[in-house]
Amino acid sequence: MNRRVKLIPTILLLLGALYSIAPVVWLVFASTKGPGELFTTFSGFPSFNGGFMENVRTLNEFGDGRFWKWTLNSLIYAGGGALLTVIISATCGYAMAKYRFRGQKLILGSLLAGVLVPGITLSIPQYLLLSSAGLVGTYWSVILPSVISPYSIYLCQVYASASIPDEMLEAGRVDGAGEFRMLWSIGLPVMMPGLVTVFLLQFIGIWNNFLLPYIMLANDDRFPLTVGLYSLLNRGASQPALYTLVITGALLSIIPIFALFLFLQRYWKLDLIAGGVKG
Amino acid sequence: MTTVTRRRRRGPGAAPYLMAAPAVLLFIAFFLIPIGYAIWLSLHAMRVRGRGFGVRTEVFVGLENYLSAIGDSAMYEALVRMLAYGVIMVPVTMGLALSFALMLDVPKVGLKSFSRLAIFLPYAVPGVIASVLWGFTYLPAVSPITRIFTEAGLPAPDFFGDVSIYFSIANIAIWGSVGFNMVVLYTALRAMPAEVYEAAKIDGASEWQIAWKIKIPLLAPALIMTSVFSLIGMLQVFSEPNTVKSMTNSITPDWVPLMRIYQQGFIENDIYLSAATSVLLALVTVLLSLAALAVFRFRARRSS
Repeated sequence: MNRRVKLIPTILLLLGALYSIAPVVWLVFASTKGPGELFTTFSGFPSFNGGFMENVRTLNEFGDGRFWKWTLNSLIYAGGGALLTVIISATCGYAMAKYRFRGQKLILGSLLAGVLVPGITLSIPQYLLLSSAGLVGTYWSVILPSVISPYSIYLCQVYASASIPDEMLEAGRVDGAGEFRMLWSIGLPVMMPGLVTVFLLQFIGIWNNFLLPYIMLANDDRFPLTVGLYSLLNRGASQPALYTLVITGALLSIIPIFALFLFLQRYWKLDLIAGGVKG
Repeated sequence: MTTVTRRRRRGPGAAPYLMAAPAVLLFIAFFLIPIGYAIWLSLHAMRVRGRGFGVRTEVFVGLENYLSAIGDSAMYEALVRMLAYGVIMVPVTMGLALSFALMLDVPKVGLKSFSRLAIFLPYAVPGVIASVLWGFTYLPAVSPITRIFTEAGLPAPDFFGDVSIYFSIANIAIWGSVGFNMVVLYTALRAMPAEVYEAAKIDGASEWQIAWKIKIPLLAPALIMTSVFSLIGMLQVFSEPNTVKSMTNSITPDWVPLMRIYQQGFIENDIYLSAATSVLLALVTVLLSLAALAVFRFRARRSS
């Protein structure tokens, strides 16, 4: 009886794992096929005719290394944006958690309401406003709107109130430390595990974002991978030879994020997200 | 002594304001002003003034845009399609996430960390890339599934059919979001006091009964929160159908509300109508979330 109970969940979980991994395995197999093979051979098996290296070389040469430019852009948007988000959210969340001040409730309430506003409602006026500021099409037009993340501020606030004891700050005050000094040498170090989580969530969020760069950018030199591969797929509809490029590009684009994910796995504090849910 | 007390009474002074300032300023610049601007736009329109070679100017038109937004039959069809997609996507995502979380929480399950990681991994794949991935497995010329069916001499399934298209698109979103929801629910389960389960076990409850009668009710707040996120995701569905659109004629450029809003704003160049439609969509989202929060509060109050 006891045996059966653990066998069934194990099998069901493995089926779930299979469902999650199968398309990626298919992608790996498909990327081993040259343009000629993709439509003729069964894509459930890999091909060993050197198609993969051929595809990578074609992708490399495509538009003078445009693919690598998109990768670099994605790194700039996601890395830069997530770093700025963490700095801004951490200081704001710390202030919300550790001080009582006038206007605090108003700020907190507005931020929470901000979580609920759909992206497009903001994107169109953001586009128009940034366009009148002459910033549309620049790196800033994608980074700046991504930096303010009410959800990140909320997580930082929850984490700061749970992890920084008031006594520590009292002791710092008695020792004559300034408020900013305490944020820097007590608050931020204690909050670090939570900040790593906020960074990762935000990094993946910006890396995966499509709508904002799609609206903001017209020049494909500034495209992140998502918009770049989308534009390539669109052209592929009339030139099926481009499909192999899209497939190889899609594979190469998810490798770095998988690596980051696996590498930083143990630093994730996912109980922080669940803790936020518990309120 | 006196200096210390005075210092204490003065408190942190301007420090908290300075710390909150960057976030507040950016929030004003990239949330409040755009929302205000969207509302302002939604109440205006471009009109030709004067006779003959009239100059096009922005004029106040009141609720006219809202009336056209509500009366827009393409928007109505997009809403119906979104609901059809959501009726599949939200329950399946939540159902799978909850079942996987509960199974991970069963004692003595094999290959636990492998399954958890594998199911979580698609969360790292951008919606566009996920759509490319699945799109190719739907596309008859490349699809491994089609190939298997034809090799076996069976008629291949049509992933872009009138009904199947909803399942095909929903599948992409489900694939990408089950893992995240699973981890949130699983983490919430782990945080619960073990004594509760032990007491139930001593009373002779089976794993099934513990899951059904104890774990799920305890998970209610986390379930409501993740469902709200799923619902918001449904209202904002865009990249999946927009990407698959280039592979089939079954997806029109105004397939779901966001695509319709994009079309109004950037293809038909009517940013005023587009603003009105997006304000309406935002209102629906906020109302829905507030309703869920009210349920959440009600339950929290009852249990405490």
